Amino acid sequence: MGAPAIEMAAPKPLAAAPRAPRISLGRIGVHLALFVLVALWTLPTIGLLVSSVRDADQLAVSGWWTALSAADVQEAARLPTAADQIEENGAFVLRGNLLEEDSGKTIATFGTTNATLAENQAGDAIEMRDGGFITVNADGTFEWISQTPFEHERGPRIYYVAELQPRFTIENYEEVIESNGMDRAFLNSLTLAIPATIIPIVVAAFAAYALAWMRFPGRTFLVVVIVGLLVVPLQMSLVPVLQLYNQIADAFGVEAKGYMGTWLAHTGFGLPLAIFLLRNYMVGLPKEIMESARMDGASHFKTFTTMVLPLSFPALASIAIFQFLWIWNDLLVALVFLGSQDDQTVLTKQLISLLGSYGDSWHLLTAGAFISIVVPLIVFFSLQRYFVRGLLAGSVK
Amino acid sequence: MAELLIENVNKSFGKTDVLKDINLDIKSGEFIVFVGPSGCGKSTLLRCISGLETITSGTISIDGRVVNNMAPSKRGIAMVFQTYALYPHMTVYRNMAYSLRLMGMPKDQIDKKVRAAAEKLELTKYLDRLPKALSGGQRQRVAIGRAIVRDPKVFLFDEPLSNLDAKLRVQMRIEIAQLNDDLPDTTMVYVTHDQVEAMTLADRIVVLRDGVVEQVGSPIELYEKPQSLFVAGFIGSPQMNLLTGHNADKYRAHTVGVRAEHLRVANGDGVWSGEVMLAEDLGADSYIYIDIGADQPLVIRQDGKAKYTIGDKVSVAPRDDTHLYRFDANGRPLTQ
Repeated sequence: MGAPAIEMAAPKPLAAAPRAPRISLGRIGVHLALFVLVALWTLPTIGLLVSSVRDADQLAVSGWWTALSAADVQEAARLPTAADQIEENGAFVLRGNLLEEDSGKTIATFGTTNATLAENQAGDAIEMRDGGFITVNADGTFEWISQTPFEHERGPRIYYVAELQPRFTIENYEEVIESNGMDRAFLNSLTLAIPATIIPIVVAAFAAYALAWMRFPGRTFLVVVIVGLLVVPLQMSLVPVLQLYNQIADAFGVEAKGYMGTWLAHTGFGLPLAIFLLRNYMVGLPKEIMESARMDGASHFKTFTTMVLPLSFPALASIAIFQFLWIWNDLLVALVFLGSQDDQTVLTKQLISLLGSYGDSWHLLTAGAFISIVVPLIVFFSLQRYFVRGLLAGSVK
Repeated sequence: MAELLIENVNKSFGKTDVLKDINLDIKSGEFIVFVGPSGCGKSTLLRCISGLETITSGTISIDGRVVNNMAPSKRGIAMVFQTYALYPHMTVYRNMAYSLRLMGMPKDQIDKKVRAAAEKLELTKYLDRLPKALSGGQRQRVAIGRAIVRDPKVFLFDEPLSNLDAKLRVQMRIEIAQLNDDLPDTTMVYVTHDQVEAMTLADRIVVLRDGVVEQVGSPIELYEKPQSLFVAGFIGSPQMNLLTGHNADKYRAHTVGVRAEHLRVANGDGVWSGEVMLAEDLGADSYIYIDIGADQPLVIRQDGKAKYTIGDKVSVAPRDDTHLYRFDANGRPLTQ
């Protein structure tokens, strides 16, 4: 074009003195409140994490908030019989260790009966009914010395109070990972979650575009219906859908329960929210871009694929995360729509089987929870960079 | 070749008539400007030509073909939007190549066209940038480049310079004028509310008000021979002095119009007089605002620095009779 640009140097502004940051009571209060809320929010997760690395026995006894301090346990151990005595220096000695190896306990006090177990400190010597004196040390070793040979047949019990040192371990994780069928369950969960995330997003993207940018009669009504479907509880539709699946299965001679049905079920349950969110996002895209694309000759489909989809990545990523997380953690739909064969047991179902017959294997449950968190975390962190702000900056002024 | 014929076009949104019986015959290669106050329908008319809006009745023909029901992309037109509407996720190159790719043009041809347009608009070194890395003027050029590559018969501009700062606006105006010279067979339809742009760029100006064409003519025609009070008051900056009531008595008209540069300071034979309320110094000339007791102050233009200050008593008269406009009560011009 050749028009010379007239460059005029802008006058340099005087350097402004830096202002001190405003610290006011109000802002401190806000930050404090925020901190408290965040702490409260993450507290259960922290508790779960701490519990998952604690020794199983300790976990059964005390809560995670006491994890760092020593717990007191009251136990009893039987002393050896007279057959184990040895003679040294003219006396008869029975030696041993009340505690198991690597128990992490230290004996604080002991006694010969349940009532007297707090009476003697570790290291003291007390007189035994069967003769002699016994010294019990803090590490559990004892020495029972008698001037006369021992004759008892059954070793008496020593009752003691032991301090349990906090012990942290990853053996809970090992146990869960090595338990039967866990790796299979992992794969099954992936087999369930990935298609059941992709299908609803694809369907919802098309639907959202139509509801946002195409004009047709009944559009508003459709939007209202879809938003209304958000209200329907999942549980209400479980039985009718399963009945429908059974009918279809009978008609076509296939299994009612299986992955296909579960994918479709998750799609159905996830579509209202996905369409709602995507439509709201797409409606916010600048109208001029659509018009410009139209002027350039783009059909609705081309506009959808070349304009709307690339610009909707933030919304698509959010919905992918929501849907994936929901499916990954879901137990109910998996129980209802998936069979119980090995190749259809998902992670959530497998974790139940670890619970134990009394449902008391806390250590396995907490470790299992954290193992199953790994995949959603990967999904989240890999999609997080698509939450790009300012994607539209520069196109429309 | 690129004639644009608008016949009896009406456009209504529901009950509201936005365009009323528009008739325009725009010749091939002309640069025509739609100008008018906000809400007059100029943007709507442009969008009807482009096909983004349908018309309620009438016909629009481009190069002899009726395009009423044709898709926008098939009409042989290209549009430059006020807000540029660049595709934010595509580089400048892909922005410009988009419509050609949709047409199915082979890659090397696309490349040639895009580079030629980029060369013309001095965008060659920005081809790999995203819109957000460009300045306002550069973005506007990309928007123009995107339209050029389509080789349209009719170029549509929808207030393209409103979002630019004053200096850039002047520069881009020159570039658009040069673009018009470079493309003699392309008709350009330009919508603006800025009458300076209208006056400088247009071969002909269409003044619209309330959905009706007030007057069509070259800039000078509109300036020197306004056919209505509205056009007289709309074209020209500062606005023509419009005097009514006893101020117009001497000339036996309902309204008398005289431009600021057609007034002179009188010595004793002044028609209107009053006290100076404001003196604007613009460097090359100055404008004196005189309070003559009417609703609006009287504006007179003077060469060089202002010779009067606030409070001075001044008397003015028209320089001659040819530049005095008389209008009746309906805003129609009165002939002598």
